[in-house]
Amino acid sequence: MGSTITEKILAKHSGKTKVNPGEIVNCKIDTIMCHDVTTTPAIDLMEKYGIKKVHNPDQIVVIPDHFVPNKDIKSAEMVAKIRRWAKEQKIENFYDLGRHGVCHAILPEQGYVTPGKTIIAGDSHTCTHGALGAFSTGIGSTDLASALTTGELWFKVPETILIQVDGKLQKGVYSKDVILEIIRRIGVDGALYKAMEFKGEVIDELSVESRMTICNMAIEAGGKSGIINPDQKTIDYVNSHSTEKYEIIKSDDDANYSEIIKIDVSNLEPVVAMPHLPSNVKPISEIDEIRVDQAYLGSCTNGRIEDLRVSAKILKGKKIASGTRMIVVPASTEIWKQANREGLFDIFMEFGATISTPTCGACLGGHMGILAAGEKCISSTNRNFVGRMGSPKSEVYLGSPAVVSASAIEGKIVDPRKYL
Amino acid sequence: MKGKAHVYKRAHINTDEIIPARYLNVDKEAELAKHAMEDIDKDFVNKVQVGDFIVGGADFGCGSSREHAVWALRGAGVRVVIAEKFARIFYRNCLNNGFIAVECKEISEKVDDADELEIEISTGEIKNNTKNEVYKFEPLSDFAEELLNSGGLMNYVLKKKRI
Ligand code: SF4
Repeated sequence: MGSTITEKILAKHSGKTKVNPGEIVNCKIDTIMCHDVTTTPAIDLMEKYGIKKVHNPDQIVVIPDHFVPNKDIKSAEMVAKIRRWAKEQKIENFYDLGRHGVCHAILPEQGYVTPGKTIIAGDSHTCTHGALGAFSTGIGSTDLASALTTGELWFKVPETILIQVDGKLQKGVYSKDVILEIIRRIGVDGALYKAMEFKGEVIDELSVESRMTICNMAIEAGGKSGIINPDQKTIDYVNSHSTEKYEIIKSDDDANYSEIIKIDVSNLEPVVAMPHLPSNVKPISEIDEIRVDQAYLGSCTNGRIEDLRVSAKILKGKKIASGTRMIVVPASTEIWKQANREGLFDIFMEFGATISTPTCGACLGGHMGILAAGEKCISSTNRNFVGRMGSPKSEVYLGSPAVVSASAIEGKIVDPRKYL
Repeated sequence: MKGKAHVYKRAHINTDEIIPARYLNVDKEAELAKHAMEDIDKDFVNKVQVGDFIVGGADFGCGSSREHAVWALRGAGVRVVIAEKFARIFYRNCLNNGFIAVECKEISEKVDDADELEIEISTGEIKNNTKNEVYKFEPLSDFAEELLNSGGLMNYVLKKKRI
């Protein structure tokens, strides 16, 4: 019996020839990413235990993003503390304001993600980086402190669910629709504790950025990680973003999967996740009129350049519906600059949207676009839990950048295909 | 260990509900504790007493990786969380803190609010003193038990590594 890509990466990093699901392994970690919210407690913990030095400053990447630019005094103190710590620990990979952005957008863009690596961060959407064939998972602050101290971390080797996505996507249907449809089918705990491996003709066809959207939302099905076997597109992306050496690791043909789910998406239409669960997904044709107060385009799920391009194409020459506001949040400084160079901002501004500096911002109800009680938001983000973007009495609807944009034109949730 | 139960039957109670993101600009346990469970049960912080248990449904603690969820509960006085099933990162965070989290089938159907519960890790039993019932829970893995006995991951790792 062969092994999955996940088992192989975990085996390699724990000095074993083979590992099996359920086994607890102590695993060498290649890259540790730290953001603002979960890092300060890890620093405190290390202090409490008298640990003076991190294991290896070069394996650490620090990207404050949740409350950046600092939204209040408390968050300013938090980031100040991380800044001091990074300096003391001689961590050079620090993405302060001016190079800032959402951590999961910066990590692959700046070349820290390569196939076969183990990557952890104190953030649940760390599963994003499996799109490049790495094992990448979210952890808490104590895990973070432990890994920062030792360069290693314990894992239970997960079972893997293989999700084979076949068919051909219709125009106006994107990877966001695919992952929402998968979550609809298996539920928000359908992949609990498991690795989700995505393959099939549709995945092959997707750009690397679109694949990131898929892996990003593995956690929304309860997954420990999302992963895609590297192919030529992966290699091209990695070679143009990274100078690191890497080894291509892939699943064996006879690997053992706990479950194989086959989905044909040829008939899939744009979908929307209704409040308050990412699995509460409906095809757009079945959605009654839902007025939206806010349209949010951004986040680690869909705030990359291709997302902004899709949106700009739809919004060009149009005007925003009266009573609706739109916030565009490019996910990183590099994406911001690129969008600016391409003239996308002119289109957004003419349309009547506003453009924010890169940040997590309102995606987690932090700042920069919080919803009031009773307000509804169509959002390109990944979570629509109660109170996720503000008041516990507000509602978040999740859709692709195209759905978000078309909905901003009409002030209600609509099918984007008529604008394409 | 003995305490009063606070039952939240619904599946998928997420970390945004346990501690909303708007409070994440601090990481002090006492501060977080003031807002524990705020978006799901405003009254929780007034009712909870040191030593109490939370009883949850399936997929308890899903969503964000914030360990603040565990600290908020612990800070509020909760000592044990029993759920039908935990979301992965929340479960890890509990063990890593030496905080007791056990999975027990149909527990949220069996226990009512304010029942007095008693847990015995070594025998794998939860006693409901109010109802005079005993429930078996899934035994902890050796590794999980070692983490709990060490008082959390940092102690465990430092002991092993002698750093
Ligand atoms: S953009 Fe949203 S989902 Fe992504 S890391 Fe930031 S807060 Fe989390």
